[in-house]
Amino acid sequence: MSIYLDHAATTPMVAAAKRALADQMDKLGNPSSLHMYGRATRKDVEESREAIARAVACRPSEVIFTGSGTEANNTALKGLHWLRANEKRNLVVISEIEHHAIFDPAQWLADYEKAEVIKLPVLASGEIDLAFLRKLVTERGNEITVISVMHSNNETGTIQPVAEIVKIASGAQIPVHCDAVQSFGKVPLSFKDLGVTALTISAHKIGGPMGIGALILQHGLEIPALIHGGGQEREIRSGTLNTPSIAAFAAAASDAASAQAERASFVSKLREQFIAGAKAAIPDLIVNGSGEQLPGIINLTFPGTESDTLLLLFDAAGVACSTGSACSAGVHEPSHVLMAMGHSQVSAQSSLRFSLSYLNSESDVAEVIALFPSVISRARAANL
Amino acid sequence: MKVIAAMSGGVDSAVAAARAVAEGHEVIGVHLALSSNPQKYRSGARGCCTVEDSHDARRAADVIGIPFYIWDMAEEFHEGVVENFISEYAAGRTPNPCLRCNEKIKFAAVLDRARAMGFDGVVTGHYARTRESSIGKTLHRAIDNSKDQSYVLSVLTVEQIQGAIFPLGDTHKVDIRKEAAERGLFVANKPDSHDICFVPSGDNAGWLRDRLGSEVGPIVDQSGKTLGEHRGAYTYTIGQRKGLGLTVPSEDGSPRFVLKIEPKSNTVVVGAREELAVNYIQGENPVWCGPAATSQETRGYVQIRAHGEALACTYSYRDNFLDVNLDAPLFGLATGQAAVIYDDDRVVGSATICLTR
Ligand SMILES: Cc1ncc(COP(=O)(O)O)c(C=O)c1O
Repeated sequence: MSIYLDHAATTPMVAAAKRALADQMDKLGNPSSLHMYGRATRKDVEESREAIARAVACRPSEVIFTGSGTEANNTALKGLHWLRANEKRNLVVISEIEHHAIFDPAQWLADYEKAEVIKLPVLASGEIDLAFLRKLVTERGNEITVISVMHSNNETGTIQPVAEIVKIASGAQIPVHCDAVQSFGKVPLSFKDLGVTALTISAHKIGGPMGIGALILQHGLEIPALIHGGGQEREIRSGTLNTPSIAAFAAAASDAASAQAERASFVSKLREQFIAGAKAAIPDLIVNGSGEQLPGIINLTFPGTESDTLLLLFDAAGVACSTGSACSAGVHEPSHVLMAMGHSQVSAQSSLRFSLSYLNSESDVAEVIALFPSVISRARAANL
Repeated sequence: MKVIAAMSGGVDSAVAAARAVAEGHEVIGVHLALSSNPQKYRSGARGCCTVEDSHDARRAADVIGIPFYIWDMAEEFHEGVVENFISEYAAGRTPNPCLRCNEKIKFAAVLDRARAMGFDGVVTGHYARTRESSIGKTLHRAIDNSKDQSYVLSVLTVEQIQGAIFPLGDTHKVDIRKEAAERGLFVANKPDSHDICFVPSGDNAGWLRDRLGSEVGPIVDQSGKTLGEHRGAYTYTIGQRKGLGLTVPSEDGSPRFVLKIEPKSNTVVVGAREELAVNYIQGENPVWCGPAATSQETRGYVQIRAHGEALACTYSYRDNFLDVNLDAPLFGLATGQAAVIYDDDRVVGSATICLTR
């Protein structure tokens, strides 16, 4: 058996992306060059930019290509902070459940730029506490440089009330950044409608290649760069453009956008089937995250087990899943997301993420669920 | 069989895993993360739990073509090995942490977990052999005498030996390095690890002082006369001669040795070499690697250090104590060390030395 249920980590490249990548590899020309070779690849880059802009409902000039989602997050958080930080305004607001690609740059700003960082708490549902944010903005809005809250969480799939956050922030003229890496291509996502200042997306979560992302940054807003050089990408991200990856990213984005609704409804059904089957097999399991959810992410706690053991047993049975949380020296840390939602360290470390895509089938789900009783009982026995 | 190969990132465990695969076992590589706060890089020949070592183990597993995982055993290791190491020293004894690690971690926590998960045993790169015989699966010395690790495995019960696989016991270390190179394992030239893995500086005394304090106490002779001062009795080992820092010479000018460590009064007693002579050893908390010894006096060999000599002796076991009478006296023997009994090359069992005369 070989069933891949880790699509939130990365997902297969779609045919159109592979084709775009291969086509570009036969082409010559630095898109910054002025001659006909450069013009030809520049044209491909700009068409790609327009395709991505269509997929996320922004202006093409608002798309800044980066080397990853992580880089886009770093660029946005640090750049927006630097843009406005002064003696009186030095507070960075993120949430307790951000990906490390926001957590760690925020920590860096605290360590090296002496910024104050406040992490918004979340409710048991996994949604950020809007009342907390409202109070914070009322009391200290003039001290905040940037608010960054993800569109949906990568471990639990819980969708965050970003439109509400923007409403709260805009009253105090605070820029909002949103890490939409997990939502892009999976649920409707419109930069324009959300009203955020900046938004992060990444290619390899939607069938594009790894190592290419984009920061969508409001037109006319120039933030200090992390990487300086040839002045590409509005001088916010220097470096010769990665034309093959950009073209493949655009192909994947168009593919995802064209089939988004249909795939979402199919994957949501698989998710329901998965959860119902899991509950029937293991009655005491806990489903983490409620409220509005991404179609494909399922996060389950299996009391009395350890996630490392579960992973090994599922892997040995041919099922790829993950904890979704970070590793330190190869050892899984207890998930800060689940702990923020009220889990103890022990129960956080008894949890697994299964992430489905339209490439999975009902029979995949049935086969995996059929393994649950034996895997869980062995994992419980091994939890000495 | 379905087995777990414990892979430290060194050459021995890598070849052991490769050999287990070659023998037709279904092997999964596991690196044990023993420190919750690992160092990034190896410094020389010390330790085996840096991030770099876990990377080396992963690469070895890739080359061999087996799945690989890291198991977090930091808590178990701390409780079972590190805390025991500290408390034994605090009590004036000299522990052997490698032996405790085999007893509490590799062939207990890991083997138990492996068995519960449906595996049949644990493969390690220890230099030792097992054999099927009329008394069951027994534990034996490796053929490479200079590398033999049966001493630190002497705490395994019959049940644990049943689940232990040592693919390297019939080979010399030089040949293991050659084999590693032939198998494309780039750890072939990695230095062996020595010393205690959780004391990366190699400075045991300093490490213990950081944890147990360095309360000054007297160094006395057998009559109780103070000859000098020390900074923590536990940093000494019975039989130790160097580093006493005594300025008063002995009457006949002969060197002085540590005879006794008295943790309660924080006193180190020193004296002449003859005073260290030991003819009788008593051991407690024995573990038998096969049939238990009996009250019958039996001829055999005892080894009291990891790479010590096998000393001819007569041993017996009664009232929960192992009694060992040595044929020839031995000088300088620390309590807390394991006395391991051999019948030729077979490990009979071991006990912790609690008394010597
Ligand atoms: C929510 C979230 N943000 C950021 C990232 C990082 O994106 P990338 O892998 O492109 O660096 C990921 C993916 O791991 C993610 O899930």
